[in-house]
Parts: sequence; C-alpha cells; structure tokens
Amino acid sequence: MSVLISNLSKRFDNSEQSTLNNISLEIETGEFVCIVGASGCGKTTLLNLVAGLETPTTGEVIVDGEKVTKPGADRTVMFQEHGLYPWLNVMENVKFPLKLAGAPKEEQEKKANYYLDMVGLKDYKDYPIHQISGGMRQRTALARALTMDSKVLLMDEPFSALDKQTSNQLREELQRIWLETHKTILFITHSVEESVYLADRVVVLSPDTGSVADIVKINLERPRHVYSPEFVELRHLILDKVRGDR
Amino acid sequence: MSIIIFLVILILVWQGFYMVGVDWLHLYKPYSVPSPLGVGKRFIEFCSDGSIFQSVGNSLLRGIAGFLIAVLIGIVVGLLISHFKYLNKNLKPLILGIQTLPSVCWVPFSILWFGLSTQAILFVVVMGSAFSISISVDNAIRNIQPIYTKAALTMGATKKQMYLHVVFPAALPELVTGLKQGWSFAWRALMAGEVMTTSIGLGQTLIMGRDLADIDQVMMVMIIIVLIGILIDKCIFSVIEKKILRKRGLL
Repeated sequence: MSVLISNLSKRFDNSEQSTLNNISLEIETGEFVCIVGASGCGKTTLLNLVAGLETPTTGEVIVDGEKVTKPGADRTVMFQEHGLYPWLNVMENVKFPLKLAGAPKEEQEKKANYYLDMVGLKDYKDYPIHQISGGMRQRTALARALTMDSKVLLMDEPFSALDKQTSNQLREELQRIWLETHKTILFITHSVEESVYLADRVVVLSPDTGSVADIVKINLERPRHVYSPEFVELRHLILDKVRGDR
Repeated sequence: MSIIIFLVILILVWQGFYMVGVDWLHLYKPYSVPSPLGVGKRFIEFCSDGSIFQSVGNSLLRGIAGFLIAVLIGIVVGLLISHFKYLNKNLKPLILGIQTLPSVCWVPFSILWFGLSTQAILFVVVMGSAFSISISVDNAIRNIQPIYTKAALTMGATKKQMYLHVVFPAALPELVTGLKQGWSFAWRALMAGEVMTTSIGLGQTLIMGRDLADIDQVMMVMIIIVLIGILIDKCIFSVIEKKILRKRGLL
C-alpha cells in the first residue's frame, strides 16, 4: 500500500466549519486515483495535507509506512500554475530536483533527457520558460515531477488553466505516460470527464460535509474513449454524485 | 539623439541668459551667476592640473568602499529581519524609522565619534544606505511568488538549498533595484559627509568653490556629481537589471 489516509479532518483557524471531515482512503502502489468535487469542497486542501504543505486538525496520512509531517520529495506536487523557475531554462528546470538531491551530473542529464523525450519536449530543452506555450510549461512541470521518482505524484488540477484542446491533449499524454510508468498518482480535478478518462478510481467529495460521498471504480480499458457509451454512463453517474443527487 | 539636441539647446539658452542678464543689462553680479563657458573653462583648468581626477578618484573610492560595507550590512540585517518573525515585528519598524533620517544628520555624530577622518565619511555613507538596502532585501524576499518556494518544498529542498537555489534567484531582480537605490543613497550621503569634513574629494572641491566665491567651480562640481551618479546607474545597475529581466522574459 502506498498512501493511507485515515480519519483525516481539517478545520482552518478562521472558519467554523471543517473543510474536510473524517476522510479515509487507501491508494495502492501504481494506482491512479482522481478526486473530484464541486469547487470549494476541499480537494486542494486534501492534496496539500498529503503533500505536507498543511497540517491536519485530526487524523493522519501515511506514505509507505511513514507518517507525513512536512513536505518532501517522496510526495512531489504538480501545481495548476506550473511553478517552474523563470531563471532556468526547460532542461535546467527538469534537472532541478535531481540537483537538490545531489545526483551525479551524468545521471541528471540522462534522466532529464529521458523524461523530456517522454513528454515530447526533446527540441525545446534550451528554451527559456517565457518562450514556450502554457501547454509546454505543464509538460516541463510534468517531466520535472517524473524525474523525481516519488512514491506518489500529487497533481493539483494541472491542466485546468489550459485551453480545452491543449488540456485534452495533455491528459491523453498523461494516460500514455502512466501506462508506461505506472506511477502512483493522486489527481485533483473539477472535471468529471477528466477523472473518468484517467482514473482507476474516482473519489467524489461532497461539498456540504467535506467528506467522501462515494468512490467509483472505473473498469474501462485504456486507452479510453470519451464518446463510448460506458464512458458517458460513468460520467453521468459521477456528475450526479458531484451535484449531490442520489 | 534627441536628448543631446535638448541639452545643447539648454546650454545655449543658459549661456544666452548669462550674456543678457550679466554682460548687457548688468542685472546680476558675475560672481553670483554661473555660465556654461565659465564652467567649461574651470573644468579645463581642473583637468590640466589633474586635481579633478584626484577629487573624483577619492570620492569614488570612498563611495564604493562605503557602499560595499553598506551592502554587506544591509544584506545581513535584511536576511535577519526577513527570517526571524520577532525581528520583523520589532526591529523592522525601527529601521524604517531610522531610514527617514536624512544622511546629513549623521554627520555631527560621526565627527564627534571618529573625528575629521575618512572613517567619519564612510560611517555617514554606511548609515545613509545600509538601512535602505536591508529593507529592500526584506521586501524582495517577501515578494517572491509563494509557488516557487512551495514547489521547492515538495521537491525536497533543504533550508540552505531553498535560500541558495530559490529565494536568492527569485528575489534577484528586486534585489538589484534595491542595491541601485542603495547606491544613490550612498552617493548622496557621501557628498553630505565630504562637504562637512576636510578630506580631498568632490565635496571639498565644492566647498572650496564657495570659499573662493567661485560659482563656476561650484556649478562644475555639481554637474560632475550628477554625471557620475547617472553614469554608475546607467553603466552598472541598469545594465545588470536589464540583463536579468531580459533573461526571464520580463522586458
């Protein structure tokens, strides 16, 4: 088991209501789990708690047998805003976490090249961040996250700031990359379609109580097609749950 | 190009004003109005006996030495007030307060403490710019986009790595702007210090002009002080600033 979330609650100091209420969830190694929910339901808070960027009010998160107390490289996050460093070029950004970890130069080079190839940025290695498109920036951020080989990769609506076309293209690529690498991924999104497309399991958070409304297993074969009847059916099912209709 | 034409016109108008007001109508005494020709003549004299180079050299040396000390102190104090909440809450307001003190106000204190010496001038320069630099350092660090540090934390950055590889480069553009401002404070403080003490330098050449009732010399030194200020700003700080911004696509 990779990630174990048990009885997790979070209440911010300035609020009377809990943002998250008694969340329990297990994520297997190599599993792709999506969290969906209406905006304001605490999706990002949940991710931040797993990342260690926030501390829980009660409950705990255990990753690979270790309790999460602070952020760390074993739980890297890919953010909605790419979080790349504008003073580094594409290649240097992808190498950055390896440099922090003190990896040898050749290994940095090899890994960064490997993942830049994987996300299709082979020809943009030396580009400054401000000269590549929004989609390419997210690809760079994805390559950077992949080089780290974290126990779990946390993705906080990574494609939602992009235009629809780019966002669809990137989720296709993420599916392909996941099939190649089988990383453990916890993926936050407000798009039900995206969640059905990507996940092994979709966790629906309820907006009013901040708890898990339901968990839906997606047994569709990959690569998935958004217009297949099974896909559409699952999409409607989850959409109803997100809206709170039973 | 247009600025050169503008300056030429300005100088011509100035010379015309002098010729009409002083030479023809005798409205003003010659010793109370400087003229471009007079300033130019004085400049050539000062160049030919080499004394201007000595003054400029001395002043620049003092200015740079004082500025470097101020940068060192400013960065250390800035890092301290940005890192420790307690200092940020209690020391920063005090520094902000001291920063409003015009640098010339440090001169009497400095003379009593160090005597009429180079140290006294350096002290005024340091006091005049170190606080402004420390406030800039604190602001530069405070204004870093939170996503930069957040991302680094989830990539396993240690505290030292965070400062070295994220905080410093992220704060760099604002830091350079802060240093530029610090330099202009240092240069002004230097003149305050030099005017009030007795070592050879631009400030003293200025005061000597007053003592000799030579307004052309006074004007010449003022122009040189302005030119050096502009030169250092344009040739050093602006160049670095532009280079950094261009690399990040902000220009």
